[in-house]
Amino acid sequence: MDVSRRTFFKIAGVAGAAGIAGQPAKAEAASLAVSQAPAVLVDATRCIGCRGCEAACAEANGLPGPVAPGDEAVFEARRQTGVGAYTVVNRYAHPKAEEGYRFVKTQCMHCADPACASACLAKALEKTAAGPVVYHPDRCLGCRYCMVACQFDVPKFEFEKASPFVRKCSFCAERQAQGLPPACTSVCPTGALQFGRRGELLEEARTRIYQNPGTYVRHIYGEHEAGGTNWLYISDVPFDRMGFRTDLGTTSPPELTRTALAAVPVVLTLWPPLLMGLYTWTQRSRAAAAQSRSGAGAGHRQASRQGGEEASHD
Amino acid sequence: MTDTTFDRLGPRGWVTEKVFLGMPLGAYLRSLVTSGNLLVALILVPGIPAVVYRFVYGIGAVSNLTQANPWGLWIGLDVMSGVALAAGGFTIATLVHVLGLRDYQPIVRPAILTGFLGYLFVVIGLTADLGRPWNLPVPMVYSFGTGSVMFEVGWCVALYLTVLALEFSPAAFEWLGLRKLRAWALKLTLALTILGLCLSTLHQSSLGALFLMMPHRVHPLWYSGFVPIFFFVSAIAAGIAMVIVESALSHRAFAGRVAPGSHERLDRITLGLARAGALVLFAYFFLRLQGLVDSGRFDLLNTGYGYWFLFELIGFVLVPAVLFGLASRQRRARLARWVAGWTVIGIVVNRLNLSVITFNWNSPERYVPSATEILISVTIITIGVMTFRWIVNRMPVLADDPAFPPAH
Repeated sequence: MDVSRRTFFKIAGVAGAAGIAGQPAKAEAASLAVSQAPAVLVDATRCIGCRGCEAACAEANGLPGPVAPGDEAVFEARRQTGVGAYTVVNRYAHPKAEEGYRFVKTQCMHCADPACASACLAKALEKTAAGPVVYHPDRCLGCRYCMVACQFDVPKFEFEKASPFVRKCSFCAERQAQGLPPACTSVCPTGALQFGRRGELLEEARTRIYQNPGTYVRHIYGEHEAGGTNWLYISDVPFDRMGFRTDLGTTSPPELTRTALAAVPVVLTLWPPLLMGLYTWTQRSRAAAAQSRSGAGAGHRQASRQGGEEASHD
Repeated sequence: MTDTTFDRLGPRGWVTEKVFLGMPLGAYLRSLVTSGNLLVALILVPGIPAVVYRFVYGIGAVSNLTQANPWGLWIGLDVMSGVALAAGGFTIATLVHVLGLRDYQPIVRPAILTGFLGYLFVVIGLTADLGRPWNLPVPMVYSFGTGSVMFEVGWCVALYLTVLALEFSPAAFEWLGLRKLRAWALKLTLALTILGLCLSTLHQSSLGALFLMMPHRVHPLWYSGFVPIFFFVSAIAAGIAMVIVESALSHRAFAGRVAPGSHERLDRITLGLARAGALVLFAYFFLRLQGLVDSGRFDLLNTGYGYWFLFELIGFVLVPAVLFGLASRQRRARLARWVAGWTVIGIVVNRLNLSVITFNWNSPERYVPSATEILISVTIITIGVMTFRWIVNRMPVLADDPAFPPAH
């Protein structure tokens, strides 16, 4: 077994050029980076809707404090994140009335391969090597392609300002750079928000699902959605009943435009020689037609007119 | 560079001749009082303050755009439709300069001018929609989002606007009497035409490719991996139809500036373009059918959006394709002009369907443009049409300048 495997590697080593070996190594490195990426596991069964995360987020980002802190009435209507609130907690009724309510925190999902960053023509939105998807306001044109490209409706725009910016959760990238956890996760009193490495949190999520049979929905939202996100959710209520889009598929959004972008060099390389060939051919057939006409003595006037055009063109 | 007209007339005479159409200032100003200009004034008097208001108080102050619907009429009409309708420039230039169909030579300049002003006003309209238009140089100069379709669109539009300006420049140089510059610009014709077709292929299709990343927003009947191809092919149809419409309107509006006998010639050109339009629209129709088959969402045809989809596909693509063919066979130029107008509307409807009407079809919050958004769009289009008129009244666009031998 061992020998045959070694032999196989030898053969592969001889037969396979560097290019063949290079590809899987690269993919492995990428998946390693993804599993090492900073991530948060949100456990909807543990959230009590205290909205402490909202307050911590507002403080860390210098935003106006959350609306009506401690007031249950804010849960009456479903709220969206906004230019003044990068995270909000919403309440959903549990399908079993005796179970009461469940709460879901929303914010930027920090996709592994984000639509917003791929949409941005000026790299104002950028997926950093460290993991967070951050915004560089000085580069932004305000075209709002990021907003429509995002499957999770995260980027928000300052429509009321003459000099508007896009606003969204930055995963507290600056705090993370100093070794601190994101503000929201640092204040969660029940452990509903757990900050860690993505790979470890996926293990943790699976462990909770398996060790509590019948409790959780057997799905980790964010593991594969839209190519995978760094915010992961587990819940005991089906995700489509808690405001999650469950029709997003698993393709990473930039993958959808890759073919279109690949056409650019093809068009730029093939069109000019093709068109110049066509041009030469039409010129030549025109000249041939003119010659045969004047040779036959018929349509002499037309031929000489075309000859004159040729001359003026040169 | 010697300007003989300028030497002959002196500065005052030159301005009178070139800008005031040979009239004294007072007479020129009086000549501007027409019913057409009254309509223009009725649009611009509220329109220009609306544009100013938008830049002082922000997009939210004038539009119905929201966090849920951040794209609206300005993207759908001014940008998406504007670029498609400005496709006549590259279409006709390729027909004449590359394929050598010189019968179409008389409509090259109006088509190039329509294209140039179309793109120019797309960019001007875009500044109203962009939150931070002063950052337009960022992706051009130092922060290249090369993985973005929008980056490709932006670069291609900027380059193609330059190409169109150079393609039109011989007419401007003739107007200014700059012979050497004109001769130099004419030498670039073939290169510019080929570059123009390359850039147009790229960005016309890429405007469609913007939607590839949005299967979660575009209705499944309109969403397709082939949207870039649909956009490119329909832009050719739009360009052809727009040239028919524009030349018909120009010949009516600028009757005094067209050469004698050119009406019959324009009829022939219109019928030739109608035949081309029929071909392109038929191809487009079958491409769209393939898109429908590829999506496999026949179940959605029996819904409100489905009926609207069928209406677009049959009413705005198949019917004009058949009628263009009919007009060309029976040599009915008038019919061809009406069909061209209908086709133009159809392409606008298609662009609006993707970017506005069926956009966010599954969201409860619907977007309807505000009166001010419409006013700002109409204002920009009006200024575009006025610029077209200003240029056509002065430069050799609809007819050759006798002082210069016909270009080519």
